Amino acid sequence: MKKIWPDKKCLLVLCCFMLLLNQQMVAQTDIDGLMMEKHFFCVGPTAGVSSWKKYWEGTNKRENLNIGKVTTTSFMLMGNYGITSKLNVLFGLPYIKTKASAGQLPDQKGLQDLSFFIKWQAWQKHLWKGELKTMLIGGYSFPLSDYTPDILPLSIGLRSRNTQFRLLLDYQRGNWFATASGTYIHRSNITLDRNTYYTTQMHYTNEVKMPDMTMFDFRAGYRSETWIIEAIANKRTTIGGFDITKNNMPFASNKMNGTTLGMHIKYETNFINGLSFVADGSTTVAGRNIGQSNYFGGGIFYIMDFGSKKKKTESDTENK
Amino acid sequence: MLSCSKEITERNLEYPALDPVNPDANAGTWKPVLLTAANEFSCATPIATTSPDYVVQLNEIKSFQQDISNEERNLVNYWGAGAVLRWNEIMRELVAKHNIPPYQNDDGTYPIPSAANPLAYPTFPFANPPYAARAYAYLSAAQYDACVSAYYYKQQFNRSAPFRVDSSIQTLLPKSALPSFPSEDAAICGASVEILKLMFPGDQDFINQKAEEHKRARLIAGANVRSDLEAGETLGRLVAGKFVGRARTDRAGAAVGTPALWTQMEQDAISLGETPWISLETPKRPPMLPLFGKVRAFLFDSLTLVNTIRPIAPPSTTSAQFQQELNEIYEYSKNITREQMRIALFWADGIGTYTPPGHWNYIAADEFVQLRFSEARWARNMALLNMSLMDAGIACWDAKFRYFNPRPSHMDPRIKSCTGVPNFPSYISGHSTFSGAASTVLSYIIPSKVTYFSDLAREASISRMYGAIHYRSDCEKGIETGIRVGNLAVERGHTDGAE
Repeated sequence: MKKIWPDKKCLLVLCCFMLLLNQQMVAQTDIDGLMMEKHFFCVGPTAGVSSWKKYWEGTNKRENLNIGKVTTTSFMLMGNYGITSKLNVLFGLPYIKTKASAGQLPDQKGLQDLSFFIKWQAWQKHLWKGELKTMLIGGYSFPLSDYTPDILPLSIGLRSRNTQFRLLLDYQRGNWFATASGTYIHRSNITLDRNTYYTTQMHYTNEVKMPDMTMFDFRAGYRSETWIIEAIANKRTTIGGFDITKNNMPFASNKMNGTTLGMHIKYETNFINGLSFVADGSTTVAGRNIGQSNYFGGGIFYIMDFGSKKKKTESDTENK
Repeated sequence: MLSCSKEITERNLEYPALDPVNPDANAGTWKPVLLTAANEFSCATPIATTSPDYVVQLNEIKSFQQDISNEERNLVNYWGAGAVLRWNEIMRELVAKHNIPPYQNDDGTYPIPSAANPLAYPTFPFANPPYAARAYAYLSAAQYDACVSAYYYKQQFNRSAPFRVDSSIQTLLPKSALPSFPSEDAAICGASVEILKLMFPGDQDFINQKAEEHKRARLIAGANVRSDLEAGETLGRLVAGKFVGRARTDRAGAAVGTPALWTQMEQDAISLGETPWISLETPKRPPMLPLFGKVRAFLFDSLTLVNTIRPIAPPSTTSAQFQQELNEIYEYSKNITREQMRIALFWADGIGTYTPPGHWNYIAADEFVQLRFSEARWARNMALLNMSLMDAGIACWDAKFRYFNPRPSHMDPRIKSCTGVPNFPSYISGHSTFSGAASTVLSYIIPSKVTYFSDLAREASISRMYGAIHYRSDCEKGIETGIRVGNLAVERGHTDGAE
């Protein structure tokens, strides 16, 4: 039977979620249902552009002529190493640039938050002529540079050190698959340069309590040796926080929610073994205290075998 | 890595209970700001501590104290840090809440908040820096006069505090050495409520709730009986009424100006051969309170303002010095370091904050808490500080709109600002003027910290150059002007009897 999916290929998905009026890269969140083979290492750069003109001030969508169009350009280096074929470690290293087409706020740029993930395929089961896998993923991210979170919408990030836990289910039958996951993100408090701030009341401290978040992701599509084409729906919710009041500035601990719809395409080349290209796009269809952004990006990945002396062939891999 | 507790320590909630080194029993002899005499408003003679009504009031305290909940204990501790302190914080809170510029109308004009209809959008007020400076000043001056009057009557009536009358009354706060009638806490509360309702007429629920909590805290603490509070509050309200009367006629109500005036100011600058200020907002917003410079100051009259306080004209927008100063700001904007940005953001005090005057109120309060002043001295010191800040605002706005000069980002559109560009002319810098005045007054009150306050003022001033929204001249002349205003407050301090 023909191999259904290319285990040893690099199967990273850039999950780039634009939060509010900045681009919060949840670095390289591994949110797909595929694993790297043992001792294989996949690495590569991606780049993308996200922009918005309208944003939600609380639940009220508006534009702001004093900010115009906010554009975020992101570059990311991502890597994924298979400790075993059921245990992977991943990292993501982002560099972000922001700018506004109007007003006097200065462009921001810098290294954002480094992220690490551990992905464990805990359980798999043959079901209805397909394969159901259960994965547990843990991740941690922290800011790499000294950027300020306090000049939203142009701040490149929010600075909280995030710890996340994800439960993921992936079902594939033939070339068709669906993946669903739920994530809980614990966000640490952050500190500002100023020693007081007002949310819904005054706070005489430079420390800001950051509410946690949840995320649900559902994707479905087609996987073959050469292609992955998937449609994605993603919903993020902030548990707590407060709304931007009318004509006020945004703030790091706002209640930021967002729902995006998007697509991801991966193409595995046949002229260089281990080389693949990815393309992503998404649009924000609902939100609260975030920009209504559209994103396009792409990347290139290369997979290397650190394990055996000779390269494994595709026929060595599992097939069902 | 995973810090499960997100609990934050807020500095103002850690302040200790007020326990004055010097109770300032003679504060009734200090010179008031507006009152013609400490006893301008009468205070009815209190009932004797032996009277049956008084016994009822003692029992009221005892019943409160029988079963004190955690919430009540927190209230006592919160208000126990000081009445002048907490009501000043409440003013800062309302300023921050209302410090948001109105959103535009569909036709590109801007609506003006209405004091008569404060809850309709745009809610009243837009608590910008001059508005805030005036609010803090009226609050502090009214609290001060209320204290002078209350302390006068304390000495006259000399009615002992409840815990001295009845030793079974618990004291949850340090025992005051003063007679408790009339309550200075309640006088400060009554005065504060009147001024807060004047300045924030849409927030009366919140203000009244705070007043109820304050008075209840004093009862639970065993510090006052009900008649102490009633007399104090009545006195405070009467005293504040005089300040409300002054506020209604101090010309602040006309500070918004008119479209004809805004155009006239622009034409005047052009006719002098200068580039006039313009709004950098889209759509263009009218300048902020262009006639605030005409408001009646506490410390100087209009002649003194013109002859002694007003700074000279800024460098002409056509001059070489102007170009040099402009280039200096462009360089800061282009090459801002992280440390410069930290300083700019620390002092920015822009939209959604308590404003630069509020920042100096916080600095002062934080200092005073450690010095264990009496309520009367707290009030006197905050009044000196805030009168100097309001009058600094008047002097600053007088200069800004007399000279109407343009911001750096206007003259060189490459210049960006991490603090955002305020919607009014550049010369002189508000931050610098406020800081010059405040540091002068605080250095007088705490002479051991002259260098510290001077350094703070200089940093606040230069933060505006780092934020690329002011030229060097704005900042230097601002500090100098502020110092001149601050010195007038110091002169008053030398003669008000509190030294």
